[in-house]
Amino acid sequence: MAYSFPEEVLEHVFSFLCSDKDRNAVSLVCKSWYEIERWCRRRIFIGNCYSVTPDIVIRRFPKVRAMEMKGKPHFADFNLVPEGWGAYVYPWISAMSVAYPWLEEIKLKRMVVTDECLELISKSFKSFKVLVLSSCEGFTTDGLASIAANCRNLRELDLKESEVEDLSGHWLSHFPDHCTSLVSLNMSCLGSEVSFSALERLVGRCPNLKTLRLNRAVPLEKLPNLLSRAPQLVELGTGTYSSEFRVDIFSNLSEAFSVCKQLKGLSGLWDAIPAYLPAMYSVCPGLTSLNLSYATIQSPDLSKLVSQCPNLQRLWVLDYIEDSGLEALATSCKDLQELRVFPSDPFGAEPNVSLTEQGLVTVSEGCPKLQSVLYFCRQMSNAALVTIAKNRPNMIRFRLCIIEPQAPDYVTLEPLDTGFGAIVKSCKELRRLSLSGLLTDQVFEYIGTHAKKLEMLSIAFAGDSDLGLHHVLSGCESLRKLEIRDCPFGDKALLANAAKLETMRSLWMSSCSVSYGACKLLGQKMPRLNVEVIDERGPPESRPESCPVEKLYIYRTVAGRRIDMPDFIWTMDEDSALQHS
Amino acid sequence: MSIPQEHDYIGSSEPLQVGKSSKDVKNNIFNLKETELRLGLPGSESPERKVANGVSIFGKDLKDESVNGFSHSPLKNFVSGAKRGFSDAINDSGKWVLSMNGGSEVDLKKADTLFSPKGVNVGGKNNNNLQSTPVKPVEEKKNENGSTAPASKAQVVGWPPVRSFRKNTLATNLSKNSDVTGKSGSGCLYVKVSMDGAPYLRKIDLKTYSSYAELSSALEKMFSCFTIGQYSHGLAGQEILSESRLMDLLHGSEYVLTYEDKDGDWMLVGDVPWGMFTDSCKRLRIMKGSDAIGLGMAYNFLTTFRASTCSKDHAEMQEPKLGKCNQQKDRIF
Repeated sequence: MAYSFPEEVLEHVFSFLCSDKDRNAVSLVCKSWYEIERWCRRRIFIGNCYSVTPDIVIRRFPKVRAMEMKGKPHFADFNLVPEGWGAYVYPWISAMSVAYPWLEEIKLKRMVVTDECLELISKSFKSFKVLVLSSCEGFTTDGLASIAANCRNLRELDLKESEVEDLSGHWLSHFPDHCTSLVSLNMSCLGSEVSFSALERLVGRCPNLKTLRLNRAVPLEKLPNLLSRAPQLVELGTGTYSSEFRVDIFSNLSEAFSVCKQLKGLSGLWDAIPAYLPAMYSVCPGLTSLNLSYATIQSPDLSKLVSQCPNLQRLWVLDYIEDSGLEALATSCKDLQELRVFPSDPFGAEPNVSLTEQGLVTVSEGCPKLQSVLYFCRQMSNAALVTIAKNRPNMIRFRLCIIEPQAPDYVTLEPLDTGFGAIVKSCKELRRLSLSGLLTDQVFEYIGTHAKKLEMLSIAFAGDSDLGLHHVLSGCESLRKLEIRDCPFGDKALLANAAKLETMRSLWMSSCSVSYGACKLLGQKMPRLNVEVIDERGPPESRPESCPVEKLYIYRTVAGRRIDMPDFIWTMDEDSALQHS
Repeated sequence: MSIPQEHDYIGSSEPLQVGKSSKDVKNNIFNLKETELRLGLPGSESPERKVANGVSIFGKDLKDESVNGFSHSPLKNFVSGAKRGFSDAINDSGKWVLSMNGGSEVDLKKADTLFSPKGVNVGGKNNNNLQSTPVKPVEEKKNENGSTAPASKAQVVGWPPVRSFRKNTLATNLSKNSDVTGKSGSGCLYVKVSMDGAPYLRKIDLKTYSSYAELSSALEKMFSCFTIGQYSHGLAGQEILSESRLMDLLHGSEYVLTYEDKDGDWMLVGDVPWGMFTDSCKRLRIMKGSDAIGLGMAYNFLTTFRASTCSKDHAEMQEPKLGKCNQQKDRIF
């Protein structure tokens, strides 16, 4: 074509494209568009840190300003991935410190971050603004001190549920007096007490602070001091919400809350005692997000609280809410989109609260916008699931955890195939599903047939045979992540659907029956997959080929085999025969 | 604690085939039994039910295992992918053993023969390994033990799927509520174990051990690959696991086992009663003896530790504190 838009024009047009999907599509149009796009891509998302190398990324996208990356498999959250597995971010930070001096944002999930990394970040990127470490580990509060001290324009520091070695609360005092740029600070996962006066001053001098999530160590009576200095807060995570009841504390608290007119999200509330709950009533009507999952308050108080929040869109709560509280929720919160009910006593042999499948049914009836559910309970029935499916065809995320593995329908004693089948048939936009209870291969047939938009599936203690796995791999067209534990799935289904694995981000299988021989075969046949056997019993070569491996993690990659594996992980590929002596 | 129990994991020797009617499911003895018990009101459950509920511990009866880890014949069906999956896969060697909270030395001893000692990071993960090995059903489907029910269920690794942060918070909540009696609170207590010079940490669940002996044996295995050759001399023939064995080994190899307590102080392992130790231990560190010596503790450690392992009355022993020694940060490459 003789005339084409000048690069700058195309670049400008491309700047309106935010999603990676769109940008990737644009890159495929022609070589010049590929070139233009890659020079102007500013954000990259890497769902699996081992799917690509820093060099490859840097070579293609030289001007990145924001990177987001995930490391360990999701089941690492539940201690299924042994320590030392990997997901070290250091090589990335090191490479980016040279290639991306203007990097502003780093968001990591389930990665190992060391103090060295944090120091390097704080010193290498002059415009560094956003650090989000979600479920990460490997660093101490000393690393946080580096960030606080050196990042002059820090806007966001979010330690979401990371495992931080808490040496002291001193790190917070490293924010220099001239730091006024903070917009978001989440330190809720830390144990140590920070210097309150340093915290007060920090909060007071950051006029743009919108999110503040304190840790449990911040006492309740001090909360008003912070709120009064930050009435513009949109998201607040309190510290401990408990104290000996005193009227003056209560009234200070009440008054402080009443000034926070912008507050939309509330969390923390550790050890909340009912007497102090009314202090927050003034903010309740404005709340769209409420996280009570650390609050040990009981049903009547919970019901009362929830009824004060008619605009609630997201509720995270412990099962103390019981069916009665969920009924109150269904009545009061018609905008509810997301509900998560966590178990207060997951390891107890007997139910400690009156929370059953009925609660979820009620909410599914009363809340027309409900689309995302995580629900722990001790009994479930097909009838309930069918009802939920009928009520909520708009469900997008459905994660049900019946605490007892392989629990059948408690009414009919049948497997829950029918119930989950109804969910996938009715909820055509379902993207994420977690199964539990007694399930046969039948449920997987339903899933393979109907769950065409399903992207992530979690399976535990389910199925009868390879057929189950085969249904899923052959039927679920949109599947990206599959994680399986303790299911009788073996070689046949995996090998028959080997090609499918290249269309997915990853597959995790632990305590299943995939043999070492099959892993080797898969590794040899599929060079673009890393087939990693995790086995703490020693080299798989020392056991028969037919012996099932303990854990298996398969993911597509352009990076080749990993070089940072601990000695209990083996990559299966053509060379693996040579590797093992 | 609870006695090893056999348990049918998958639930039947009849496969639950596609299209089978619910009647067949009901005919399944295991399910019926389980659900019979389940139909009782909360609180009225029989002890057997609690035992049955320990459904998901997937140990193996280790004495049937060959040194290589697996006997051959049971595994044919895995490869053939028979529709019956596991159900007829195992004959004798597939008995399930419930992993006990605070496992017994017996199990660990079996593990001694099972796993080759070289280069295997087994150790404290034994119980976890047992739990995470593939599912094999049992010939006998019934629970044979009518033993007294454990106060809390035997734990499956990672089930129910609750994140550590939340679990730890819950544990604190439960222990604060004094009306929650008889339960052991959180189901597990993961602490990190580091060893000077080792390239990565391990995590162990302290609740799976009930004595220092078990812990020491587990740690020994877990970190043996890092200290091969360092303690082999002079200790051959010592077959009996004694409480001081780890100390012997580690001392022989110039290592000292320490832990960080709730106050952030580093203490020597072994001085306080086991229960007190698990309550206050936040993490473990296998430290080079020279670091301890540098703090002037070596002599004291030797004498007090041996004395304390001999005497039952721990209360008298002053806890030798290492103080805030200069902790080498865990290097995770």
